Amino acid sequence: MNRIALFVPLVLFVVLSLFLFKGLERDPAQLPSALVGEAFPVFALPDLLEERLLSTEDFPSQVVLVNIWATWCFACRIEHPMLNQLAAQGVNIIGLNYKDQTQQAQQWLQERGNPYLFNIVDQQGSLGFDLGVTGAPETYLIDAQGIIRQRRVGVLDQAVWDREFNDLYQQLLGESR
Amino acid sequence: MIAEFGHAALIIALCLALVQAVVPMLGSFVGQRSWMRLGYSLAVGQFLFVAVSFACLAAAFLADDFTLKYVAQNSNTELPSYYKISAVWGAHEGSLLLWALILAGWSAAVALFSRALPLPMGGRVLSVLGAISVGFGLFLLFTSNPFARLLPVALLQGADLNPLLQDFGLIVHPPILYMGYVGFAVPFAFAIAALIGGQFDAAWARWSRPWINLAWMFLTLGITLGSWWAYYELGWGGWWFWDPVENASLMPWLVGTALMHSIAATEKRGVFRSWTLLLAIFAFSLSLLGTFLVRSGVLTSVHAFAADPQRGVFILIFLAIVIGGSLMLFALRGPAMQKVLAYSGWSRELMLLTNNVLLVSAMTMILVGTLYPLIADVLELGKISVGPPYFNFFFVPLVIGLLVAVGIAVTTRWRKTEGRLLLQKGALPLVISLLCALVAPLFLGADRSFSSYSAGAALSVFLALWVLATITSDLKDKIGTDLTRVAKFSRSYLGMQLAHTGLAVCVLGVGLSVAYDESRELRMQPGDSAQIASYQFQFVGIDRIPGPNFIAHRAEVRVLQQDRLVTSLFPEKRNYNAGGQVMTEAAIDPSLARDLYVSLGEPLGGNTWAISLQVKPFVRCIWLGGLMIALGGLLAAMDRRYRRQTRVVSAAKGTAL
Repeated sequence: MNRIALFVPLVLFVVLSLFLFKGLERDPAQLPSALVGEAFPVFALPDLLEERLLSTEDFPSQVVLVNIWATWCFACRIEHPMLNQLAAQGVNIIGLNYKDQTQQAQQWLQERGNPYLFNIVDQQGSLGFDLGVTGAPETYLIDAQGIIRQRRVGVLDQAVWDREFNDLYQQLLGESR
Repeated sequence: MIAEFGHAALIIALCLALVQAVVPMLGSFVGQRSWMRLGYSLAVGQFLFVAVSFACLAAAFLADDFTLKYVAQNSNTELPSYYKISAVWGAHEGSLLLWALILAGWSAAVALFSRALPLPMGGRVLSVLGAISVGFGLFLLFTSNPFARLLPVALLQGADLNPLLQDFGLIVHPPILYMGYVGFAVPFAFAIAALIGGQFDAAWARWSRPWINLAWMFLTLGITLGSWWAYYELGWGGWWFWDPVENASLMPWLVGTALMHSIAATEKRGVFRSWTLLLAIFAFSLSLLGTFLVRSGVLTSVHAFAADPQRGVFILIFLAIVIGGSLMLFALRGPAMQKVLAYSGWSRELMLLTNNVLLVSAMTMILVGTLYPLIADVLELGKISVGPPYFNFFFVPLVIGLLVAVGIAVTTRWRKTEGRLLLQKGALPLVISLLCALVAPLFLGADRSFSSYSAGAALSVFLALWVLATITSDLKDKIGTDLTRVAKFSRSYLGMQLAHTGLAVCVLGVGLSVAYDESRELRMQPGDSAQIASYQFQFVGIDRIPGPNFIAHRAEVRVLQQDRLVTSLFPEKRNYNAGGQVMTEAAIDPSLARDLYVSLGEPLGGNTWAISLQVKPFVRCIWLGGLMIALGGLLAAMDRRYRRQTRVVSAAKGTAL
């Protein structure tokens, strides 16, 4: 009996490591936002290219993507061509320029093309905080009623678009018509 | 070129570690004394090569060698040179190299200072340490090589060190914390050697004790520094957040504390042997879990871990071998639980057992809280996070129990203590601390009246005074009328009393700063003032000031008490050039009785700013207590009897298989 008791720690450890191992298989980019299914947070922040204050009122009553980006974010460089391509296909994209320097951000858009309807400047990260942004890039799919429907942490590329966004996007597009 | 030297040195160190892991262990089984002795020189050699490797990486940082990926990601030409050095361990790869360096350092220390150990025991200890080094070496070289080149794209400018880490606290905090984490590898190696050799006697306990004390001292210091750093650098005035990183350091500390106490009973009375072995294994396992899993992010969120599955899988295999292997060894060879009737009633053994139960419960509850989100996620219960309320709910009662026990334990004797004696010795301290605790809040509150009476403050004053009073009464009994007896006190006894005093001071700091903390978030423009506790804060104005690699907004806030100027504080908001990150630098006027804490929030347009003003009574006591605890550990480790020759003791037993 006594000797069997000595095995207890080992058994506990094996159970624990099974959980840790299962944890490995979880997909990092699938972070369901606490806000999925809720309205886009209220904000009032400046526009990147024009002298005006933006709010949720400025969102078109259509399905839109909100893309969080910054010039300091290396992955955003990789993502940018994909956004240009989506914009060319007629997808509405709103930029959220996250904790960035305005001048550099403006230059970025000149150099790489501007896929965005407009860009919200969130220099302090306050809107990012309300959204629960973990970093850049991140992309949110917002329906015509202004409700967040999908979130992507990390680069949005063709594969992710086909897998996680396209169906939902087409469906929401159909609903709003 | 320097980087290649560093890389080569690391490979050589790995080869030496491999030999160190295998040869002395084999030697101990076949009885080849020269093989066993090889471990000693190999440990020192391995340390030298890791040190060379580390120096090479530091040199690459100083030379702004941005062809190295790791340097390019974590340094910048504008960075002051002392931060370039600390940037060496500012991220994953470098901090692992620091780990390896410290592990090699501890191994070398064992090799140099444990000559008195019987050869089979010493050889096996060094073998186990060598095996851990091999694991780290492989991990470094194959998944996290800091010497990887970023060719052909050489950068002109690095990405800069995370501004949060550009701070004095971060120069000293990680190395000291790692000294603690890695230090537990030594008692772990002693435990494994004991399990292999089947020797769990008093001599074995005495050999491992000073190493446990030293590792524990560094860990205490590391946690204290970390808490202090979080307090002044993060800018919210909090000193403990129950975040997974902190929990990861607290868990090995709690188990290490339990280990220190349990091994005392093992050495003196031969009890709790299997328990002590298990704690030694757990302390190091939790250290590994702490550094590895937190760094890899598996505890913060499962997510960062899977982001780099190669590292993740390696880590899990390594953990499985080290922890699983040692627990398997424990299960097969551990000493069967003794039915001990050697102590009864109110004995010191019982109090040490109480201490162990409370500390291990606290650790388990933190482990559960930290891992629960992960387990819930795997079981598809949804993504949950466990917050401070959970931790406080369980941790506070356990600590209260612990402090009550500390006071009683000081008075108890080994084997058996008469209940009458306890009552006789404990009555006066109990009455004094109770009375003082009931009255003290009347004088500590803001308006010195019943309306501001705080039960929490009363409780913490009681617990702290109870511990202090019992310590004083014990000292008084031991000294009696002859003051020269103080000189005869052993360093372990003094260390224990100092550490317990530190615990009381720390509890006082926590209790009073929580009970009487006053803070306010205000919207202020120059000329505005606000009254907090008995202090008047005046916002004088704000300037833009350039720093070496940032531009700061610096506010001036004058603090007055009854129209007398106490101090002028200059909190800053810094914009770092390289990453565009914004950092809050709080301004603090420290003193033992209270801290004045001002931090700058967001600009609200024009000259208006959000400003956080805080008065934190006795908050310094938290870290003062931490320092005293650490010093107590150091004192105990320096006890003379650990340095006595122990060769004679059961040298024969060590050779037995």
